[in-house]
Amino acid sequence: MTDLLKAVEAPANPNIPDLRPGDAVSVHVRIKEGDRERIQEFKGTVIRLRSGNGGQNGNFTVRRIASNGVGVERTFLLRSPRIDRVVVERHSQVRRAQLYFMRGLSGKSARLKQKFN
Amino acid sequence: MLKGLLGKKIGMTQIFDDAGVAYPVTIIEAGPCYVTQIRRPESEGYSAVQLGFGEIHPKRLSGGELGHLKTLELPPLRFLREFRSKSPDVSVGDVMKADVFASGEHVDVVGTSKGKGFAGGVKRYHFRGGPKTHGQSDRHRAPGSRGSGTTPGRVYKGARGAGHMGDDRVTVQNLKVVLVDVERNLIGVHGAVPGPKGGLVIIKEARKQ
Repeated sequence: MTDLLKAVEAPANPNIPDLRPGDAVSVHVRIKEGDRERIQEFKGTVIRLRSGNGGQNGNFTVRRIASNGVGVERTFLLRSPRIDRVVVERHSQVRRAQLYFMRGLSGKSARLKQKFN
Repeated sequence: MLKGLLGKKIGMTQIFDDAGVAYPVTIIEAGPCYVTQIRRPESEGYSAVQLGFGEIHPKRLSGGELGHLKTLELPPLRFLREFRSKSPDVSVGDVMKADVFASGEHVDVVGTSKGKGFAGGVKRYHFRGGPKTHGQSDRHRAPGSRGSGTTPGRVYKGARGAGHMGDDRVTVQNLKVVLVDVERNLIGVHGAVPGPKGGLVIIKEARKQ
């Protein structure tokens, strides 16, 4: 029965690498304007991953600080055809799965320590 | 044309349309269904079509069921269900596949809900239960009063309370068909469908469209 479900589900996007909370990412989103399609980047930190049935119904939330220090969060669906690709720019050392504490921080305190591997 | 199918609930998932909008979808393996009998006003007093679904080992069926199918040279089928239809332009032995329905149509889906056993009033009828604090020891999920006092001096029949919950025939109306896969006989409807995975569901044309 699971095979029948897989048959209709969208395949995994090969341009989305494994993500971790704290990753600095750049999400390339396809945007339709009339009959023209362009790609918009959304750069920020992954603050939450939801696996959703082995990735099928999963999503991840990216937080970025826009102008005037306003926080903007956007949630993307892992199998969405609107995502062109995701680029991981750096990993961070984090001790939590959900980085909701970032919402209360701003400026220098909102930095995460980089993790090298 | 008769618009109805029997199917097996496969499960729920998420699918995307061309614009990238995600829909919660229940996938139903709908068919192949065989027309096993046509009931006519002249002979049975009403008009309907009997469909069969779900091949099964012949040992699992009673002699009567086997005989009914054998005379039509059909495989042994687990489920036989009738669909009322005034002008069924199908004949016995026809095979019906998922393409009976098209994407964008609305359907009613009938299933048997999951059994919950003997359930209390909180779960079954959303009673509020008692207070959680202020010295309560065993009144958290109690039903409270069931009726009036000395007059009438009894509980009216049909009063809501604890009892058997689930395992009922449930119809969900006006579900939109968002996916039809004739090759695999799959139908995807927007939203949830009653019953467990693997349960029998009946798909009919929507009554209220």
